[in-house]
Amino acid sequence: MTVITDALCPFCGCTCDDITVVVEDNKIMEVKNACKIGVAKIKGHHRIKAPMMRTDKKGEFKEVSYDEAIEAASKILAGSTRPLLYGWASALCEVHKKGILLAEELGAIIDNTATVCHAPSTLAVHEKGLPSATLGQVKNRADLVVFWGSNPVHAHPRHMGRYSVFAKGFFNEKGRRGRKVIVVDVRKTDTAAMADEYIQLQQGSDYLVISALRAILAGQAAVVPDVVGGVPKEQLVKLVDTLKAAKFGAVFFGMGLTQSISRYKNIDNAISLITELNAFTKYVITPMRGHYNVTGFGNVCAWETGYGTAVDFARGAPYYNPGETAANDVLLRKETDAAMIIAGDAGAHFPADSVRQLARIPVIQIDPYWNPTTEVANVVIPVAICGVEVEGTAYRMDGVSLRYRKMIEPTHPTDVEILEKITERVRKIRGD
Amino acid sequence: MTLKVNLITGRTIDQGVTIENKTSSDYQNATAYCELNSNDVGKVGKPGNNIKIKTEHGEVVVKLKENNGNPDGLAFIPMGPWANALVDPDTKGCGMPGFKGIPAQIDATNEKILLMKELIARYK
Repeated sequence: MTVITDALCPFCGCTCDDITVVVEDNKIMEVKNACKIGVAKIKGHHRIKAPMMRTDKKGEFKEVSYDEAIEAASKILAGSTRPLLYGWASALCEVHKKGILLAEELGAIIDNTATVCHAPSTLAVHEKGLPSATLGQVKNRADLVVFWGSNPVHAHPRHMGRYSVFAKGFFNEKGRRGRKVIVVDVRKTDTAAMADEYIQLQQGSDYLVISALRAILAGQAAVVPDVVGGVPKEQLVKLVDTLKAAKFGAVFFGMGLTQSISRYKNIDNAISLITELNAFTKYVITPMRGHYNVTGFGNVCAWETGYGTAVDFARGAPYYNPGETAANDVLLRKETDAAMIIAGDAGAHFPADSVRQLARIPVIQIDPYWNPTTEVANVVIPVAICGVEVEGTAYRMDGVSLRYRKMIEPTHPTDVEILEKITERVRKIRGD
Repeated sequence: MTLKVNLITGRTIDQGVTIENKTSSDYQNATAYCELNSNDVGKVGKPGNNIKIKTEHGEVVVKLKENNGNPDGLAFIPMGPWANALVDPDTKGCGMPGFKGIPAQIDATNEKILLMKELIARYK
């Protein structure tokens, strides 16, 4: 029996690094300290045993060898004129590097799960920058925490305990009692129920409410209507006073901003509010990133190509224009004529029309588990689980890079091994 | 009666726990439902009943649940294939489809909830 301490959890952007894992006979017997999502991810369950293929998507899969599956995948990609390589967020940075190389080789579009998550935040950061801080700074210093359109009790279960609300820090020995917590959301979530103050706004009115807060902060309360986005003006005036009174404020935002009407403009406006609050006191803002290494993909892609995601190599050089080159853009325009889905599940998390396009074209799936993408796939290649069976680097939601160790030996090839073989084979097919 | 709502989709902890186990009944139980407040629930049935939700983009049958954190007229479905049968694919020029703020209508139904496999088969 081996006990691994201070292991990292490969589920959400918190990347909790205090996990204890008990291993016996290369099996994970026990997971301590993780939340219930982390326990489920690390323990795992029945996997896709062997590679599978089928020509007819309505037909049954037939098990094949890894060599056969890699050959078929390589032929599909090499023969495609507008391939899409999508997913990546549940894989380590070493996998991203190989994926970007393959995308360049193919002249493909490479996009990651941020496209249905925080990619609009990246667009806003292009425009305004990001006055942010590490989660360690928040833990040690924050006396006011705002969750805007984010629900950590459900999506990042240990965020409040480890970093933002309950944690005791260097300048905050009282933990929860030393912090004021404000939740802004369209429904009274379980996070809102724990807040000192809950502001309920009408769905889709975030931009208006942020604009009103900025006007009040600028001393222009007279121009603000009596009610903004369902929130009484008095409540907004009081909120601005509370925000200004903090010594160190931290705002964490989620899909409530990125997925509602106005999309990236909501975040653009929120960043402006934070910048303006810094004229009065210290404020930082951080996106609540979903997958444990979605931030890592953005970093690797940015240093390899100059852009964080939705990169189109069709011109021979990286080109980036979300709205044109993001995964759903090209699927909905029916441009994509082949797709490789890896470490992400487009079948489950894309709108129906995008999944319909995936059902029309050859799809290669590289994943440990059977999921809706499998249902529309032609070639399925099962792999080892990054962060559990494979070591490597990931980036926490605040951009801190962390090294994942292996907990057990893999029973399947790694993503890196599969991508290297596909890239090599694609080069040969194209060179023939 | 038909209930008109504003639909949002998003994460829940049980959706997270079952996300790597999408062929399971646990995943279906964690994602194939719609939450309304008790006032709205009363207009279309009882908690636990099946309801059919329609939007301009599709329709799907899910289970009805009560959540009094929702204001009147706001429906919530956990993210996943059932929710995504309904969402607005338009990326509004920035790559992001409309996963929140979709006009929808809800009716009681006797139809069954499709399994994940059956749901995706509709797209083939």
